[in-house]
Amino acid sequence: MSGNNKKAWLYLLPALLFLIIFMVYPLIDVLIYSMEEGFNFASQTYFGVGLYNYSYVLHDPYFLQAVQNTFILVIITVPVSTGLALLISLGLSSIRPLRSLYQTIYFLPYVTNTLAVGLVFMILFQRTEYTDGLVNLMLSWFGAGPVDFIDGPYWAKMFVLCFYTIWVVMPFKILVLTSALASVNPDYYKAARVDGTPRLRVFARITLPAISPMLFYLIITGFIGAFKAYSDAVALFGTDLNAAGMNTIVGYVYDMLYGDSGGYPSYASAAAIILFAIVLTITCVNLLVSRKKVQY
Amino acid sequence: MKIELEHLTKTFPGRGRKEQAGVTAVNDFSCQIPDGELIALLGPSGCGKSTTLNLICGLETPSAGKILFGGEDVTSLAPELRGVGMVFQNYALYPNMTVRQNIMFPLENKKKKERLPKEEMEKRVMDTARLVQIEELMERKPKELSGGQQQRVAIARALVKMPKVLLLDEPLSNLDARLRLKTREEIRKIQKQTGITTVFVTHDQDEAMSISDRIAVMNQGALMQAGRPQEVYDNPVNLFVAKFLGTPPINVFEGVVKDQTLYIGSEAVLSVKGVGDQPVWAGVRPEGFIPQENGPLGCRLNRVEIMGRDVSIISGHDACAGQDIRSIISAENHVDTGSDTVRFALKPNKVFLFHKETEERIPFASN
Repeated sequence: MSGNNKKAWLYLLPALLFLIIFMVYPLIDVLIYSMEEGFNFASQTYFGVGLYNYSYVLHDPYFLQAVQNTFILVIITVPVSTGLALLISLGLSSIRPLRSLYQTIYFLPYVTNTLAVGLVFMILFQRTEYTDGLVNLMLSWFGAGPVDFIDGPYWAKMFVLCFYTIWVVMPFKILVLTSALASVNPDYYKAARVDGTPRLRVFARITLPAISPMLFYLIITGFIGAFKAYSDAVALFGTDLNAAGMNTIVGYVYDMLYGDSGGYPSYASAAAIILFAIVLTITCVNLLVSRKKVQY
Repeated sequence: MKIELEHLTKTFPGRGRKEQAGVTAVNDFSCQIPDGELIALLGPSGCGKSTTLNLICGLETPSAGKILFGGEDVTSLAPELRGVGMVFQNYALYPNMTVRQNIMFPLENKKKKERLPKEEMEKRVMDTARLVQIEELMERKPKELSGGQQQRVAIARALVKMPKVLLLDEPLSNLDARLRLKTREEIRKIQKQTGITTVFVTHDQDEAMSISDRIAVMNQGALMQAGRPQEVYDNPVNLFVAKFLGTPPINVFEGVVKDQTLYIGSEAVLSVKGVGDQPVWAGVRPEGFIPQENGPLGCRLNRVEIMGRDVSIISGHDACAGQDIRSIISAENHVDTGSDTVRFALKPNKVFLFHKETEERIPFASN
């Protein structure tokens, strides 16, 4: 090892130390927990080592419900929020007057507390004894019957959850995409204009490739974020998500640890490892696709 | 195609909340560009030459005035309908496409019906690539090319539509000195081969003079002078043009004309017939000095630079606004480097007189 190399390791040491203590060690520990069958938290003892925890979690209807919910959430919110954010950013970058005002408005949800936004959504969607809520009022104008979005049918609750998630994650995406669009060299557009390029073609062949790195960054982080969703569901449906049928994988892990049915770190660990495997797989797939499609 | 610009004016609106006056980038610009010629728009940065190019291209619409292509008014026509090809300063090659796709791009823009058949397009692309000698680079991406190669691809992309007018915005400014010399020859060659009327923008007078049929010198949005490079060099209409053309630059003295004689300092240096008594700026080209033992103009000798073919004498004079006087003389002339003064006679055709206030040229007859 050369002197320079030693120095480099020395500089990396503090960060490495923290990463190992707070990331790598807990990860391994969780993996160990998930393998220990019949672990007793109080006595720190277990009966044996095996895959029983995984088998239990994978056969738990609550977990399967949580997986289904999470996947629906991911599949709907990531494309819709990214697509909408792209449309809005395109709109924002093509208007001149009041642009900064609109940018501020679109960015507001990002600085607003999740639970506060959840409260607003409750008011909009919830039916109580006194009122059907604002959304139901609007639905009634079109002759649609009142729907209980918070305690009603599964699709209604899922709709609200997706709507809410999209609303919460979009501002950041708009921010990133607006700046990505602004950094495209205007000469490309001028060159395209001289050649009489149709607008759609300009978008598909010039704009989209130019912002593709940022777009893929948003998609990858969007997938990861949506897979780890939990607080959004709590904000809307309260802490007893299993009862509402709206639990997510992270919510399941939490419930297994601390919830009313909690106290099972082994099951929680197994569920966490399964989530980790899913996110890792999806991210790897994303990166493989992006390597082919994205122009850096 | 002959290009005529008639009283072209472009004013950009003022910025900010207060009703600020707009910026006039191009002011009453009139010029004719004959068919098949290469013309350089020359001027310092911010003089409106790029705006003029954009007006010809159609990327900007003029506030007033007309643009005619071959007698046809194209002032309000969109760029793609004018038949112009444009090469941008930074080339603006689409980074995600290969060289072939970049050159093909303008051809594919047409609607399905008007589009050429695929084989025809391929052939055109290859023909154009051959013209600028980039056939081996067709499958590369722009970032895998050198600056000079990118430049050629940009020219090919502009030429593939077979435009009637080719516009180049500072085409050589991103190249290193050696490549610049080579590329400007090539631009000239391609222009000659295709016979396309070409307008190029530059701030480098060397570049403009060396390859263009005509130059148009601009300053602060207005056309100062247009003509063949040698004509403009030999007959500048004002002090600005005289100063802008020529390396090393012209030497400017404060002088006075009295009794039809030009005085610099207290010395009578040249007889200038037909000029009334007045203070003037006297511009002397570096090659306009003849070292003579008893020449009329005496200067402090600072140093002599030997350049082989010729000799450059750097000297000073109180009337020369604090700047060095640079004169270039043939190496055969012997200069006494030991002395601290040097005396010159002036070549009358290399001396220009300009009005002290308006800086317009004052013609004179020598002897």
